[in-house]
Amino acid sequence: MRGLPPVAITAMVFVAGFALCTAQFPNFASTRVAANLLTDNAFLGIVATGMTFVIISGGIDLSVGSVIGFTTVFVALAIERLGVPPLVAFAAILLLCAAFGAAMGAIIHVFDMPPFIVTLAGMFLARGASFLMSTESTPITAPLYSTVSDFALRLPGGGRLTAIALIMLAVVAAGAALLHFTRFGANVYALGGSRATTALMGIPVGSMTVRIYMLSSVLAGLAGIVFSFYTAAGYSLSAVGVELDSIAAVVIGGTLLTGGQGSVAGTLLGVLIQGLIQTYINFDGTLSSWWTKIVTGILLFAFIALQQAMLGIASRAGPRKAGVLKS
Amino acid sequence: MMQRLLQSRGLAQIIALLVILALDRAVSPQFFDLRMQDGRLFGSLIDVLNRGAPVALLSLGMVLVIATRGIDLSVGAVMAIAGAIAASLADAHGMPVALAAALGAGLLCGLWNGFLVAVLGIQPIVATLILMVAGRGVAQLITEGRIVTFTAPDLVWLGNGAVLGVPAPVAVELGMLVITGAVVRGSALGLLIEATGGNARASELAGIGTRAMILAVYVWCGLCAALAGIIAAADIMGADANNAGLWLELDAILAVVIGGTSLFGGRFSLVLAMVGALIIQAMNTGILLSGYPPEFNLLVKAAVVLVVLLLQSPRFASAGAVLGRARQ
Repeated sequence: MRGLPPVAITAMVFVAGFALCTAQFPNFASTRVAANLLTDNAFLGIVATGMTFVIISGGIDLSVGSVIGFTTVFVALAIERLGVPPLVAFAAILLLCAAFGAAMGAIIHVFDMPPFIVTLAGMFLARGASFLMSTESTPITAPLYSTVSDFALRLPGGGRLTAIALIMLAVVAAGAALLHFTRFGANVYALGGSRATTALMGIPVGSMTVRIYMLSSVLAGLAGIVFSFYTAAGYSLSAVGVELDSIAAVVIGGTLLTGGQGSVAGTLLGVLIQGLIQTYINFDGTLSSWWTKIVTGILLFAFIALQQAMLGIASRAGPRKAGVLKS
Repeated sequence: MMQRLLQSRGLAQIIALLVILALDRAVSPQFFDLRMQDGRLFGSLIDVLNRGAPVALLSLGMVLVIATRGIDLSVGAVMAIAGAIAASLADAHGMPVALAAALGAGLLCGLWNGFLVAVLGIQPIVATLILMVAGRGVAQLITEGRIVTFTAPDLVWLGNGAVLGVPAPVAVELGMLVITGAVVRGSALGLLIEATGGNARASELAGIGTRAMILAVYVWCGLCAALAGIIAAADIMGADANNAGLWLELDAILAVVIGGTSLFGGRFSLVLAMVGALIIQAMNTGILLSGYPPEFNLLVKAAVVLVVLLLQSPRFASAGAVLGRARQ
């Protein structure tokens, strides 16, 4: 258990994968590819950071993909149809997301319901609401959008570290600080370890639950804003299935799905590994995109099996409970 | 006593179904009209049963899994795999081979899920997530990313044919309900499954083979999903690995929950899960008939999930307790 933390294994997988790609395509090891990896997965990195908090606390949030879709439509319509200044629209949507997440957290806590099913309802709600607003893709032409997409830090070797990549890195850094260096972060780990014990220690479980889901939804909203920068449009069908990608990223990043263990840095690596597979497929040109899903699934299995083996060693005593739904 | 309890349990769902059917009748006056044409019944009511067949089949497997306190997120992906296999084999090798291969694939998928949950002890939601992610990729691998069409008449019949005037999907749906009901309720199996869901550890100590039970329900769920996939493919005479069964796992879970089966396991009803699936389909059809945009579907579903869950929640039992809880 103490031997090698899961994050180290994730890092090794990433480095090995990158080396493999470089061996096959010499052009792979460039700042250009690395910077694109960050840009293309910026929204996923942001939303997976929020998911890390939720999963470490022992919950799950299936609504994030729909919240991203809702956000892109909301922002696009507010800016283009209503003429709201972009920054005001951003503030409004983040507030709305915070309220949405808080409501889900409150329902989970007050009614003692499985997060899985509550956030499933949230997923239907957010996706349905974005369909109602508009079913067509709305292009965003506000000057702020071209300013942001033109902005980039030039790296030696031709790479462009774009604004959205920088936002993602900032969110990951802030998330890591929040999780590892604050009382809030410590409480998140405690919640994932044991809810009952946490409550007995005097930590307000209810308000923690509300705040954790609020954080996840706000970060999903931010990811939606970043997604709208990335595509310069709002579309109600965008980011379908992102909740699965982000859960996969969190698990591959070494976070325990039963809660209580994990890190934001690992999640970033998990996101980058998924991006790496996609980039490899793009470089190869003959492989099809469905290999991404298969390889992600295999990695997912490998990491879950690893976790299970480690848990088995850690808790030799007592037989395992079979078929228990996390609640 | 038990009989009375069961009756009162199902009452809410039956009333809900009747109310929704009445609403459908209100928006579309010819809703209850049935007519016979080419030896097959037609009408909106039959349509609800017919369109609802895949979700009904999925919920038939899902209800047993949920009764053991598990969940199977991979059924949509299994549908896609089975549909892809059936469609690619149907024309070259004939219907028996295609059917056997597709059902065999569903069986394997179920075994895999069951192995992860029962033997490795992985949480069901996580264990089945793996196949949910990878399964669709596998289906796309089989169809090579294209939509595979077929013309084998006996397979097409499964989607569009009729038995004694009843559309084939509805006949399969009812047949599976009878078989599952006979196996599960005709023996002690149902009781053992409920015991496993109620308290796996206590059941094991009482001598129930909980692992075998869990393995069996996931295999059955995989089989039902494969059958649903075959029917969905037969219905459109082709397999679309991208969209076949997409998000249907959520509909199936919803159907089971509406049917009064608790996500915490331990008690289940096959018939009510089917009623749940019909409620969902009657809602979808009603929204379509009423001329509202189909986008309303998701909002209505979200509202229904919340209401049903609130009613199921132990804390909702007394409003006072809820208020007291909220005030803290």
